Amino acid sequence: MKICVLVKEVPDAAVQKRIDPSTGRMDRNGEKNLNPYDTHAIEAAMQIREGGAVEVDEIVAVTMGPSTAIRALHKAVSLGADRSVHLSDDALAGSDVAATGYALAQTLKRESPDLVLLGQQSDDGECYTIGAVVADHLQMPSLTQVIQMDVEAGPPTQLRCERQAEYGYDTVQVELPAVISVGDAINEPRYPSLKAIMGAKKKPLDALAIGDVDIAADRVGESGSKVICGDFKAPPAKSAGEIIEDEDTNETVEKIVAWLDERKLI
Amino acid sequence: MDFELTDDQKSIQRAVAELAGTFDDEYWAERDEKHEFPWDFYKAFADAGWIGITTPEEFGGTGLGILEASLLLEEVAASGAGMNGASSMHLSIFGMHPVIKHGSDELKQSTLPRIVDGSLHVCFGVTEPNAGLDTTRITTYAKRNGGGDYVVNGRKVWISKALESEKVLLLTRTTKLEDVDKKTDGMTLFLTDLDRDKVDIRPIPKMGRKAVDSNELFIDGLEVPEEHRVGEEGKGFKYILDGLNPERILVAVEALGLGRAALRRAVAYGNERVVFGRQIGANQGIQFPLADALARLDAATLMVRKAAWLYDQGLPCAREANMAKYLCADAGFQAADRAVQVHGGMGYASEYHVERYFREARLTRIAPISQEMILNYLGEHVLGLPRSY
Repeated sequence: MKICVLVKEVPDAAVQKRIDPSTGRMDRNGEKNLNPYDTHAIEAAMQIREGGAVEVDEIVAVTMGPSTAIRALHKAVSLGADRSVHLSDDALAGSDVAATGYALAQTLKRESPDLVLLGQQSDDGECYTIGAVVADHLQMPSLTQVIQMDVEAGPPTQLRCERQAEYGYDTVQVELPAVISVGDAINEPRYPSLKAIMGAKKKPLDALAIGDVDIAADRVGESGSKVICGDFKAPPAKSAGEIIEDEDTNETVEKIVAWLDERKLI
Repeated sequence: MDFELTDDQKSIQRAVAELAGTFDDEYWAERDEKHEFPWDFYKAFADAGWIGITTPEEFGGTGLGILEASLLLEEVAASGAGMNGASSMHLSIFGMHPVIKHGSDELKQSTLPRIVDGSLHVCFGVTEPNAGLDTTRITTYAKRNGGGDYVVNGRKVWISKALESEKVLLLTRTTKLEDVDKKTDGMTLFLTDLDRDKVDIRPIPKMGRKAVDSNELFIDGLEVPEEHRVGEEGKGFKYILDGLNPERILVAVEALGLGRAALRRAVAYGNERVVFGRQIGANQGIQFPLADALARLDAATLMVRKAAWLYDQGLPCAREANMAKYLCADAGFQAADRAVQVHGGMGYASEYHVERYFREARLTRIAPISQEMILNYLGEHVLGLPRSY
């Protein structure tokens, strides 16, 4: 079984996110890191391998991004992937979700994975949709928000998944190959060992351009994207909270209860 | 000139920060208060291979330099783990250097892989009640027992982590001071079992870093096989000297890390605490000392990076290592002191953690060498002034 894990380099969680007014895109300068949601996808792949229900021959981390994205791949490899694939091309800059999904799908076709895993969202764009777009291009079933995954050896190999939905939990059976986006409740990702960090650069990394995976230039990048950011606004500033001084505890409790009641919170 | 860390070094910083970040300030406050060694923290770092960061690969380590080790310990301290976290692993990170360099193959094979996997704890037995920095005056004596083996008697003090340690790296005299031509001759180093029947270990009540014990050792008839001797008899002092500069560098970064942890908390409090209708951080009386602390921490960082780089290049670094320890200890302590001040009365409360940082930062101005002794070194050996002590 071959598992491909889609990963992404995103601004580090500690960096204040902002839109660059000149491009209308997120400013990705500053410290970057592997998308934290993707670490759950890598861990899920590792747990399938270690679970032993099926033989996992290879775990491959796949990303699309600029040259700096190599660092995210190194981290993915330090967390357990055997090798990585880096799709990078100036023509890809400015791709929207549909264009990115198409480009990633073309890259994945070259790998012929049995299972594609990814985090439920990226910590920057937070679209939650790339898995479904990729699945559509690959003509594979897609599940999102998966928080538990058990492998049933085949043939055909199947996954029994639990999805987290607003109304509760779905238990879903899906036949591989499939594209699964996992929620962060699925596992607790391991921390990379020092040796894995130092060995990450020695693991194979395929650097690909759009021509290597038959990506049509007019379907990617800014010109190939149909979603255009027309305007952007910073979120409204939060209003100051109301401070109730605790002079008389009984009175304070009454005030808090009244405040909550007024807002129909109790 | 390139001031940038490599990608690998940045990855080390980030990975250590992430792992250390899973142990929060409450964890450290509790370990400190209960005087409990941070076993689960230590295990997490040992399991991920961090303890063997400088140990050669042939013994299971990663064989990296002091610069990488300093990044590790700085991030550990900066996470809020402070000296409790750093001291739990400090000696395993570089304390075995004399054994790596001068120990027999058998001694190395039997101990270093266990240092790397975290199962072997070793304490460092050098200082004595009447011989602190004046190491040549130690009186703990190893006498041949007629065969090749030795029997050791004496007393050691300020021995960290002895309660948890299975072995001790023990410096003894094998020729008395009055019988040697050079006072640095006649000392012998052993890596031997800390036999509780022959060594009484008494913890010293102290100001801070209470999760990692500091002890007095009363050694009475400790039998030490000849094969536990590190290198040649009589050359122990020289072997210990090799590790002094790295030790200064590592304590320097621990002080830096503590300073950064304190500054982080002080800035957060300055932004959050509102008095007289505005954030206290808006007052220059609060803001300037913190900005000044930042500048001093950053400047000290440059010195310690240079010292570590020189050491890893095999170049002389005593001047820089001493300056780094001096500057980092002062910068770290000052940052911690100001963090307490910014917190006002709350800075004195354990709940805000800065008093713990303050207590620990004070240590770095004393150990492993006092600020004054560093000035003595710089005055005499760098400036060429007469010896002042």
